[in-house]
Amino acid sequence: MNGSTMEKPLTQHLREDGKPLSLKEYEQIGGYQALKKVMKMTPQEVQKLVKDSNLKGRGGAGFSTGLKWSFVPMNVPSPKYLIANADEMEPGTFKDRIFLEQTPHQLIEGMIIASFAIQASESFVFLRWAYKTAAAEILKAIHEAHQAGYLGKNILSSGYNLEMHLHTGVGRYMCGEETALLNSLEGKRANPRAKPPFPQVSGLFGRPTIVNNVETLCCLPHIVNNGADWFKKLSLTQDAGTKIYGVSGKVKKPGAWELPMGVTLRELIEEHAGGMQDGLKFRGALPGGASTDFLVEEHLDVKMDFTSVAAVGSRLGTGTVVILDDKTCPVGFVKNLEHFFAQESCGYCTPCREGLPWVEKILQSIESGDGRAEDIKLLDSHTHLLGPGNTFCALAPGAMEPLQSALKYFRDDFEQHVREKGCNYSSKRKLQTTR
Amino acid sequence: MLSKEEIKEIDEAISMVPYKKAASIEALKIVQHHRKWVSDESLKEVAGYLEISADELDSVATFYNLIFRQPVGKHIILVCDSISCWVMGHEKIKEKLSELLNIDYGQTTADGRFTLLPNPCLGTCDCAPAIMVGNDLYRNLKTDELEKILSKYN
Repeated sequence: MNGSTMEKPLTQHLREDGKPLSLKEYEQIGGYQALKKVMKMTPQEVQKLVKDSNLKGRGGAGFSTGLKWSFVPMNVPSPKYLIANADEMEPGTFKDRIFLEQTPHQLIEGMIIASFAIQASESFVFLRWAYKTAAAEILKAIHEAHQAGYLGKNILSSGYNLEMHLHTGVGRYMCGEETALLNSLEGKRANPRAKPPFPQVSGLFGRPTIVNNVETLCCLPHIVNNGADWFKKLSLTQDAGTKIYGVSGKVKKPGAWELPMGVTLRELIEEHAGGMQDGLKFRGALPGGASTDFLVEEHLDVKMDFTSVAAVGSRLGTGTVVILDDKTCPVGFVKNLEHFFAQESCGYCTPCREGLPWVEKILQSIESGDGRAEDIKLLDSHTHLLGPGNTFCALAPGAMEPLQSALKYFRDDFEQHVREKGCNYSSKRKLQTTR
Repeated sequence: MLSKEEIKEIDEAISMVPYKKAASIEALKIVQHHRKWVSDESLKEVAGYLEISADELDSVATFYNLIFRQPVGKHIILVCDSISCWVMGHEKIKEKLSELLNIDYGQTTADGRFTLLPNPCLGTCDCAPAIMVGNDLYRNLKTDELEKILSKYN
């Protein structure tokens, strides 16, 4: 994460050894100064600042954070809730782990600022089970923040009170959907809820609630310290700020980097990830996790921001890119994704519960040589049947994004599998040196 | 019978939420922490304690991937089977584990040491393939490292 003069407010102070910044270290680099500033502002001023900064949610949806907050009723009795969504489970996504393990205090400061802006009295970190190191660091950091007077009663003598708790989940992708997350926090199955009412009005235990992504929350102290215009200028495009981008798959140097919002896909792959491994060619990429449409060679110069990626028919999503190379089978690739979605469907609505396993089965038969020509059309029809508007939440439409784009860009591969009764990539894979 | 310690911890979880039922997941986690899994008997007792039906609690327990309703081994091995690990060859890791332990997904070794399970994305995709053994994460794995890793767990 080092080695450049570009502004990297969120990650520039990370320790080389990967250990978390202690409270003292965080304070030495200006930590909790933003909180001190905020305690002298009104909640409305904080909301306006964040709205003006044009910060958009980093969890994948890209909705304006300030606007989201503005739907919370202000003059209502306690409790109200602020939740950090740290249930990072989108396949291919590994960005929030960095903050959770290495700068827990930056997250906590961001959470206190967000809580103050909506006048929440209680806050939760909803952490995925697998992040064991993060769980220990967050618990420790919450305790330290309490001791230092940043949490608890009468924070920094402002009269504002806030408690913070850590909740570790027990594994289910659905928990990343904010209303399903709320059900899970209430001890229920993580089925999504009907909207409206939106969580901002009726969320956790029926109280006004905001759920924000970890990276989003980590931006807040810096916006408070440096202003809305500074945040906008960090970006190369109309979407403000920096972004944690990642690349995984068969590139030379997979990893994650904080870069100005709007770097191109080409720069990410060629400069930061070191290019493709020797002997392999770029075939396509999921720009932001399993539930985003493939981008292909013609899109390499697309700017990786919410607006530009949407303009070419995909989504920035989480900004963590998964690469498909020319010796990996696109049918097998998509089958792996659909297996995940079929398994993680909550089962609440029929198209998703029944459709996704069906899609997986069809892909399995095509991959193993039992596919028929009409199966490809059947897959086409599912991308509509499980698409937006036909399901209760965004899981199945998200699952259709890589499928519909694979059918568009890699259709020859699907047809070849049917014609030649199976996958011929396994022989191609053998030619490449195995790790 | 729920132990005194389990009841104490469940009471603490209940004190954090507005009504008992909301502590369902915490209570299941507590029982699993003490007993490695949640038996029918434990499930009924927890349900009784939270004043909900056993069926309702079971609908919660079976929803989540990591609440175990069957006995499991001393150490749980989670093999990430999501996209980046698939691209980087997680299938070979799984095959080698199966060969070393003589079990398939969902099974426990005869000596009760290990249970092998597939798991969605472990969130370490730049270091694929990855597995977890108990609370420990292993990344950038090669098949010839597995035997040594397993030998650390008795």
